Amino acid sequence: MRDPLELLDIRSLLGEEDRDIQATVAGFLAEHARPHVADWFEAGVLPREFARELGKLGVLGMHLEGYGCAGTSATAYGLACLELEAVDSGIRSFVSVQGSLSMFSIHRYGSEEQKLEWLPRLAAGEAIGCFGLTEPDFGSNPSGMRTRAVRDGGDWVLDGTKTWITNGGWADVATVWANTDEGVRGFLVPRGTPGFSTRDITRKLSMRASVTSELVLEGVRLPDSARLPGATSLGAPLSCLNEARFGIVFGAVGAARDCVEVALDYAGTRVQFDRPIAGFQLTQRKLASMALAVGNAMLLALHLAGLKEAGRIRPEQISAGKLNNVEAAVAVARESRTILGANGISLEYSPLRHANNLESVLTYEGTSEIHALAIGQALTGLSAYRG
Amino acid sequence: MNIVVLVKQVPDTWSERKLTDADHTLDRESADAVLDEINERAVEEALLLKEAHGGEVTVIAMGPGRATDAIRKALSMGADKAVHVSDDALHGSDVIATAKVLAKAIGTVEGFDLVIAGNEATDGRAGAIPAILAEILGLPQVTQLRKVTVEGTTVKGERETEEGVAHLEASLPAIVSVTEKINEPRYPSFKGIMAAKKKPVTTLTVADLGVDAGEVGLGGAWSGVIEASPKPPRSAGQRIDDEGVGGSKIAEYLVGQKLI
Repeated sequence: MRDPLELLDIRSLLGEEDRDIQATVAGFLAEHARPHVADWFEAGVLPREFARELGKLGVLGMHLEGYGCAGTSATAYGLACLELEAVDSGIRSFVSVQGSLSMFSIHRYGSEEQKLEWLPRLAAGEAIGCFGLTEPDFGSNPSGMRTRAVRDGGDWVLDGTKTWITNGGWADVATVWANTDEGVRGFLVPRGTPGFSTRDITRKLSMRASVTSELVLEGVRLPDSARLPGATSLGAPLSCLNEARFGIVFGAVGAARDCVEVALDYAGTRVQFDRPIAGFQLTQRKLASMALAVGNAMLLALHLAGLKEAGRIRPEQISAGKLNNVEAAVAVARESRTILGANGISLEYSPLRHANNLESVLTYEGTSEIHALAIGQALTGLSAYRG
Repeated sequence: MNIVVLVKQVPDTWSERKLTDADHTLDRESADAVLDEINERAVEEALLLKEAHGGEVTVIAMGPGRATDAIRKALSMGADKAVHVSDDALHGSDVIATAKVLAKAIGTVEGFDLVIAGNEATDGRAGAIPAILAEILGLPQVTQLRKVTVEGTTVKGERETEEGVAHLEASLPAIVSVTEKINEPRYPSFKGIMAAKKKPVTTLTVADLGVDAGEVGLGGAWSGVIEASPKPPRSAGQRIDDEGVGGSKIAEYLVGQKLI
């Protein structure tokens, strides 16, 4: 068995159309990403041209309706994220931020003019989008954000700093969240707007095949038509994050699946004491535990996709998926590395690369701690971190 | 322009391919089934011609029930409709029977101008279907092409051989076969995948096509497989350390194998 998901015959749970979309994404990535991803990771780049190819494939905003988007099922979107993250979390992050944060924020909260201006280009990968919520001093607690937008006549003037912004440095448009006298509002800030600049964060030990940046807003003047008219509270950016987290629930399964595939293959060919290490009981225990973890995570992801498609998924359920699946994936990635021995620390093999990437995934889009507290609140009715 | 593309579902070349013990026909259960890669290129060429000249692309496949997966792939890529000839009586058909059935199936597509096939399937590799079809249908054949263009009522193509490039042409309607150099097939778009299930697929039996079931299948085949055994595993090979005479040692080895 090469794919640990075969153990539970996960394929039999998928519809024809979702399977076809998954196979198309996997086929595309096998040709266009897998052969290069270790080099991208080492060099700390994600090629701009590759983003365009992903757009051509139709993966950017694939779950949105209209404006050049395909309008696929939530399951199909999840399966695409799974295949993307099976190659590298950085690639899945690019797609998550583009489709579920940038495009979703415009699709859900934007004006018709904003949708027509940005969505078709973002879907095609001709333009890149990012999403600025996190600040240097406000990560888990975005409600304290210091970025301010102040009315000045018919315009708005924005000041503040956002950080850890995926796609920031190469974005053509940033969805920036700011406090105003009327509450949290979202603004579309095009690249090149006077006072708006970005600085890429380098020297990363994780998510290297991904652009991560700081956004600096110094007296950025925008017309009111740049404001997302549908967004009237912090609930708006949080709803976008729930979209992105849904993709992570599947993506983490992909990273873990890839690690187990590599470990299985390696254990089958690596000979010690005159036989393949796959035949040793300790290795088999590791492999069995990992296959179960990946299978369980996949079942949870598919269950959540069903709830999402039925239109009744609750935020704490997405928290459950993100918390469980990312923690499972990190554990699987590290355990897979032990099967590879010393060879496992080389970029020739994916598990340690995945493990390093998953450190970011563990923290971003809501830390494990915050998701545990969201679940805790759902269980007890008591909020541990909000007054 | 109405184009018919012939497609075949074959075992994935990456999976282990074998013949059944029972009747030495292809063991379809043992391997993953995919749309033959050369057929993806045939579909791509048909779609390019349709994009240039307008018209409709009809996919025709002969094969068991699960060949619908291969048909769906072609429809996802952008073909408009499909004819699926599926009948237990066809099991084990040889190239002549296959061509007879396909000729009848092509006949159900009204006013076709061009039939595009791959030059050979990766499983049977007979490579004879396009030529036999042309004979049965009484149409010109322009085969083994690396490039196809249509101008008015003429199809032109380039055939690359070891001796050089032949420039061929024929008047429409005609049969064309393409090689793997013809193009790079597109990935189906997600919209295409979602639209595919709504496209019409006509399923026909040999009786529907007016073919006598006795003429097709294993019983009607002009040739048969008596015995089949798997290729012996590759042996370890011989290692030559080059100490200045490596070249001559390799030459000696090749002479010993009667290769030079």
